[in-house]
Amino acid sequence: MQYRNARRKLVNVLMLSATGICALVTVAILIAILAYLAWNGWHYLTWTFLTQLPAPVGQAGGGMGNAVVGTGKLLLIAALTGIPVGLIGGVYLAEFGGKAVGFAVRYAADLLNGVPSIVMGIFIYTVVVLPMGHFSTLAGGLALGVMLIPIVVRSTEDFMRAVPSTLLEGALALGVSRWKGVATVILPAAARGVATGILLSLARVAGETAPLLFTSFNNQYWSQGWMQPIASLPMMIYLYAISPYKNWQQEAWAAGFILLALVLLVNIGAHIILSRRQSVQRG
Amino acid sequence: MGASAETLTGKPAPGGKGQVRTFFRRLRNGDEIAHIFTLVFALTILLLACLLVYELYAHSAVSRHKFGWSFLLSRSWDPVLERFGALPFIYGTIVTSVIALLIAVPLGVGGAIFLAEFAPTKMSDGLTFIVELLAAVPSVIFGLLGIFIIIPIMRESVDPFLQSHFGWLPLFQGPVYGVGFLTAGVVLSIMIVPFILSISREVLLAVPAEQREAALALGATRWESTWQAVVPYARVGILGSIFLALARALGETMAVTMVIGGTPSISSSLFAPGYSIASVIADQFTEATGQAYLQSLIELGLALFVLTIILNGLARLLILATTKRGTAH
Amino acid sequence: MEDEALGKPPQARSAKIQVSHLDFYYGSVQALYNVSLAVPQNQITALIGPSGCGKSTFLRTLNRMSETVRHTSVEGEILLDGENIFSVDLVALRRRVGMVFQRPNPFPKTVFDNVAYGLRVNGGTRGAALADAVEASLRRAALWDEIKDKLHKSAYALSGGQQQRLCIARALAVNPEVLLLDEPCSALDPISTAKIEELMFTLQENCTLVIVTHSMQQAARVSSHTGFFLLGRLLEFNETNILFKRPGRKETEDYITGRFG
Repeated sequence: MQYRNARRKLVNVLMLSATGICALVTVAILIAILAYLAWNGWHYLTWTFLTQLPAPVGQAGGGMGNAVVGTGKLLLIAALTGIPVGLIGGVYLAEFGGKAVGFAVRYAADLLNGVPSIVMGIFIYTVVVLPMGHFSTLAGGLALGVMLIPIVVRSTEDFMRAVPSTLLEGALALGVSRWKGVATVILPAAARGVATGILLSLARVAGETAPLLFTSFNNQYWSQGWMQPIASLPMMIYLYAISPYKNWQQEAWAAGFILLALVLLVNIGAHIILSRRQSVQRG
Repeated sequence: MGASAETLTGKPAPGGKGQVRTFFRRLRNGDEIAHIFTLVFALTILLLACLLVYELYAHSAVSRHKFGWSFLLSRSWDPVLERFGALPFIYGTIVTSVIALLIAVPLGVGGAIFLAEFAPTKMSDGLTFIVELLAAVPSVIFGLLGIFIIIPIMRESVDPFLQSHFGWLPLFQGPVYGVGFLTAGVVLSIMIVPFILSISREVLLAVPAEQREAALALGATRWESTWQAVVPYARVGILGSIFLALARALGETMAVTMVIGGTPSISSSLFAPGYSIASVIADQFTEATGQAYLQSLIELGLALFVLTIILNGLARLLILATTKRGTAH
Repeated sequence: MEDEALGKPPQARSAKIQVSHLDFYYGSVQALYNVSLAVPQNQITALIGPSGCGKSTFLRTLNRMSETVRHTSVEGEILLDGENIFSVDLVALRRRVGMVFQRPNPFPKTVFDNVAYGLRVNGGTRGAALADAVEASLRRAALWDEIKDKLHKSAYALSGGQQQRLCIARALAVNPEVLLLDEPCSALDPISTAKIEELMFTLQENCTLVIVTHSMQQAARVSSHTGFFLLGRLLEFNETNILFKRPGRKETEDYITGRFG
């Protein structure tokens, strides 16, 4: 009996530590990634890197200015197309959605959210690139835009539903029509959360590579207008990382550093904003 | 009289004649306009989803007619003779995903148990946030790290070690390249751990306190109460988190493409280079010449899409079922 | 077997709201049975009864807030100044019949913007006129002196009692003819409750008030007329002092003397 109890205690301690180690290993991986990337990337980051065109193979110098601008342009198109649909669709689901339509739209959003990003690339290829006949900034931006939609829809609906319904009742009782109540009370109350959700979704698609492979493709030069192929940071990381040239690989690290810094800053910022919001509402 | 105008959820209650009148009144108030306006955007989402399915289906017609169901079972991938089969890629996808799950499930579920059951709340929240940050890291960055950190480690240490100790298994025979199924599986495992961990933790936190108290009151140790009372209660939800992670692993493109080696072959060795469905699409799509080639790749995309949709749906059902009322019996 | 006292105002003088034979359903579940009642003008009418008796449901039909819940339906008639409320414009009706809810529900805006909300949204009041209107409403709600320095702070910075009076001020700003109060003091401390009761007395000069309360003392203190609800029926309606001193029905007596389950 004593032996049995001692064994149980031992198992208890062992398993508790084992689960602790699991948690630690997972966290350690992230820290290692950050540290390694920061060390390597920071090292190769220069001002010319951010502003100049890529240098031809074998030549020193050069940068990824076109890819920085390219990611910006792609995100702009994505934001202009994806955010309105996601936002207003989310308002519909939170405030107007009927049972059947609401279910169907939610299901469609979940489906879009679960689509592998490479498949999203194929989709935009067939509906935009094929009819146009060539890769373009527009196609890449649309691919990212479609990926934005389900994320924005969900976060908008969630944050609007989190606003107590007594607030809308308060507005209705003052003789305000529903849509005005939604627009002047519910939306402002949910604005911080909704905006944070949008920011997070942009950070997420900013790092997407697969949907760009055969939509916006790549461009060694500055891309004029919206109908030409265009370089982007994730694409450059991919192409330069698998290249055999040392200086290209170093630039991939630098680009990776920028991209990761952007994504992590937005995520941490969002976390801080959202946790502050809650404490204010409770108080 | 059927007094039925507006509700907080926006749907008119049944009410006959009054409804027509209230419709116009609401139109004047702007409520119907707002309703229809937002509805249009919501329906756009529905339309996009339908269009996506249709496009994948329509643009794989050539391949589907030429090869039929045997597409999924054929091993040949020959762009010159225009003979295409998906088996090597299905094999590669399954092998890499299974390796990823073998590593990630113990790590993720173990970590989740620790964070949900044993760690102090503040520490748990902090660590969970860090883990969730890991989920936000773009795929291409994992590919970058895979190439420059994990491949060397695998080539120099892990693969030779496995070969010398477990070389009698066909899994660990053959030349070591560094790239290949095993490396892809390892990279994938790092990418899916955060999903398993953070969702499993949530499911475990939703287990009612009475469950663990009941076990503790009977004299169980903390581990026993967790393993025998809490985890079984949450098992369906944990399974859901694993399904969700599996769906991610199957569709994961960039990181896998960068470390899997790029060979359309089936090999019993985990050291051998191969292809997953997503990575062959990424690698060959822009070079595909001819309708049959391109459409075969699109059909691969369709297959991947169907698979992930089924897995995602299942996962969501499982997670929903447990967070709502726990695993029955 | 409704009493003949029911359905008619005890004194036949001006009824602001006349309810006759009101039935109310949540889906197929009936929540109100044949309620008839006349709310006297410029007085305070209290509705009492055990929880779940239908008194809040009844109150919410008076400005059709009940319709914000899905699948509800109403039969019967409610006249406001002789006009059927089910055939007037919903938005206009609620402007005339304001409401204060059980828990304070200020908008997440400043104190000023809360009171100004109804005026702004309903069109047009701006600038000095708006500021005057806000001040007047806050004064009527006896809140001005306490918070005139906090006008541009968040409404959530106020105490619970102040928040509830802010909600009253917000409702008053659109000059309602009737103010419905749904257990307005249930979330408040005794001192705040006393302030709101005082406030109700002054408000009845140019406003008709209907209050639902779970506190019989409150009903007895503030109201001129009281109705007793039980299981969806209005069992008794009379002048407050009569109802509390000589209740006409056994159930009423049991309830007000606390002998009720």
